[in-house]
Amino acid sequence: MVQLTLPRNSRITTGKTWPKPEGAANLRKFSIYRWTPDDDDNPRMDTYFVDMDDCGPMVLDALIKIKTDIDPTLAFRRSCREGICGSCAMNIDGINTLACIYGMDEIKGDVKIYPLPHMPVVRDLIPDLTHWYAQHASIKPWLQTETNPPQREWKQSIEDREKLDGLYECVMCACCSTACPSYWWNADRFLGPATLLHAYRWIIDSRDEATGERLDDLEDPFKLYRCHTIMNCTKTCPKGLNPAKAIAEIKKMMVDRMV
Amino acid sequence: MRFITPRKLAKGRGAAGSGTEHHWYMTMSAVGLALIVPTFLYIFGSTLGGTREEVLATFSHPAVAILTGLVLFVGLEHFRKGAIMMIEDYWRGSTRKVLIMSVTVLTYGATATGLFALAKIAI
Repeated sequence: MVQLTLPRNSRITTGKTWPKPEGAANLRKFSIYRWTPDDDDNPRMDTYFVDMDDCGPMVLDALIKIKTDIDPTLAFRRSCREGICGSCAMNIDGINTLACIYGMDEIKGDVKIYPLPHMPVVRDLIPDLTHWYAQHASIKPWLQTETNPPQREWKQSIEDREKLDGLYECVMCACCSTACPSYWWNADRFLGPATLLHAYRWIIDSRDEATGERLDDLEDPFKLYRCHTIMNCTKTCPKGLNPAKAIAEIKKMMVDRMV
Repeated sequence: MRFITPRKLAKGRGAAGSGTEHHWYMTMSAVGLALIVPTFLYIFGSTLGGTREEVLATFSHPAVAILTGLVLFVGLEHFRKGAIMMIEDYWRGSTRKVLIMSVTVLTYGATATGLFALAKIAI
């Protein structure tokens, strides 16, 4: 059966409470998941206090401030700090989102930060996305054609190009897949919302000539049909995309070619 | 330790080549059941409190007997496929296979018993 409780060595303990910054009047409490493979200790929740009068408005600003001023051992991914790279995806206040575009004013009370759920942890807030990336690669996310390449470019009408809106914007942060219970229980075989959204992006591309093969590759009770339309993916997407709709569109195409 | 690349793990044994038929059946049977179950429940409810002869007369009517047979067959088939989907979600390995076999035997048994009882009443 699926594992519904954490293994003994994964249970979270209370960690260190770091001292409050001196002279700060506007303090905010942060509770952050910590784990390192360098020792045998269980994961712990460390507590930090950040002076909000000396910090930017986003959660990533606070994390960078903690790393810079309080605890340089805190590990997390970040790069663009404007919601384009997808690196700083984590679970903030119970929601999978991007720390760089999630304002602290959206959170009531203490700020609780965990890595993306149900993924192996590399360290602290860094999940291991190896399998997830391999699944994305398995759907061949590139243009496949058999016709000889044209002299200049593969042409696409404005209408066909518009079909890619709401799909190409995905920054591959993995927030949706790691919010999906079906992906939690069957990540080894279910491709998950992010990969399926990308699969649909290529299936629906008017220039791609491998539509049938792409659908064949998804014709599987687990790869595609483990989606039970729970909609957590759509609810959590920090870019406002709708992976559940993309999956439903693939299912419709599957039925259309059968019935 | 298994030296398997992430790509090989992700691709697994490839696509099984099935799933759409199951999806389409569940969609169609859900729509069908949404129509026939309320009708069946209305007829079933109207017989509550009646005498044995009245109940037998109701269910021996061809239209009611066919409707009841459809509710039994389509409903339990819908249940079987849904339950298998649920088992596949949460159980692994041999337990999964044993549970799927158990649900199949249970469902076919219930369907056969129900249809036999209905036939005895209706014919």
